[in-house]
Amino acid sequence: MEFCGSHTTSIMKNGLRQLLPPNIRMVSGPGCPVCVTDNADLDKAIALAGVPGVVLLTFGDMMKVPGSRSSLEKARAEGADVRIVYSALNALQIARDTPWRPVVLVGIGFETTAPTIAASLLQAQHEGIENYFVLSLHKVCPPAIQSLLELEGVQLQGLICPGHVSAITGSLAWDFVADRYHVPCVVAGFEPMDILQSINMLVEQVERGESKVEIAYRRGVRREGNPKALELMDMVFEPSEARWRGLGVVPGSGLALREAFARFDAGLVFDIDAGPTMSPAGCICGAILMGVKAPPECRLFGKACTPAAPVGPCMVSSEGSCSAYYLYGEACV
Amino acid sequence: MCLAIPALVKSINGDEAEAELGGLSLNISIVLTPEVQVGDYVLLHTGYAISVLDEEEAEETLRLFEDMASLEEGLS
Repeated sequence: MEFCGSHTTSIMKNGLRQLLPPNIRMVSGPGCPVCVTDNADLDKAIALAGVPGVVLLTFGDMMKVPGSRSSLEKARAEGADVRIVYSALNALQIARDTPWRPVVLVGIGFETTAPTIAASLLQAQHEGIENYFVLSLHKVCPPAIQSLLELEGVQLQGLICPGHVSAITGSLAWDFVADRYHVPCVVAGFEPMDILQSINMLVEQVERGESKVEIAYRRGVRREGNPKALELMDMVFEPSEARWRGLGVVPGSGLALREAFARFDAGLVFDIDAGPTMSPAGCICGAILMGVKAPPECRLFGKACTPAAPVGPCMVSSEGSCSAYYLYGEACV
Repeated sequence: MCLAIPALVKSINGDEAEAELGGLSLNISIVLTPEVQVGDYVLLHTGYAISVLDEEEAEETLRLFEDMASLEEGLS
């Protein structure tokens, strides 16, 4: 399994699946923060956009994801001030420029992104910025992988570990996968050759009957990760339970703001009623995210659900499995 | 979402740096990589450097890629 959605996209875009022998089958994992954001959390973000005066900031991929009744894009069309940002640095600047308006950043992303949000909150605290808030929907990957490995029906013989998550966590975050579950692990870069090299390393481990954690992406990833980023993350966030689309509630897989940062916590500061959560009929994004089903097995795939009119998040995100299969899959060549 | 791309650090000013990326000059934050020096390549994610690239390892990887490419030529 390749955990990370960017790996899935690179595999599909570069036609790597077609290059592999039939006894090597790549399974896409849940490593797409947009895709795994639960509808209830998305509904909260959409409800926040409707709070009078609020400027809601989001990374671009979230705009089109359908929630229970609306999307951020629809909320914007209906008059909410929803803006796309590329960095928490932009978000902070917007807060500085409009001190009379509450500026809320929808904090999604794994360990790669969470330290940048932590840094922005520490900066806001340092500068005394009072109108900057974060709705923390951040998630960490190891508990999700553990939960996946515990599922019946998921039999992995190798795990391509996420490259840029590992730049922060270090490869040691995956030791438990090799030690406890005896699944070989390789941390991979994102070039097609990086991925082929990591598949080769996994096959060699399987052939030798080994299970250990190796780094193929040595130029960017160290065993201990990025200690400074981990320190800032730990100053601002504490582990919490989080609901993943597909996997459900995974203990310890969320990142909640610590009490010292409660005044920045949009989930606490704003009184929002997101209403009951609903899921789109027929969408199997959950099963796809767990690697149990492949996108073409969904009856909506390529018919009722396309990148132009997505039903589920895996078709919206540029790194979602459905989007990658739709754009680069065999059926469309 | 976890996209990160290499950028070359040209100058440093406290927690900020000027970096070059595909011919563009960008202001980035280096608060997560205090060890970075001018001339280093960093992995840039949403405006923040998240890792300093190891040049020797990068060259070693390129050599491995070349080996894999020559192997492919040998097969065809």
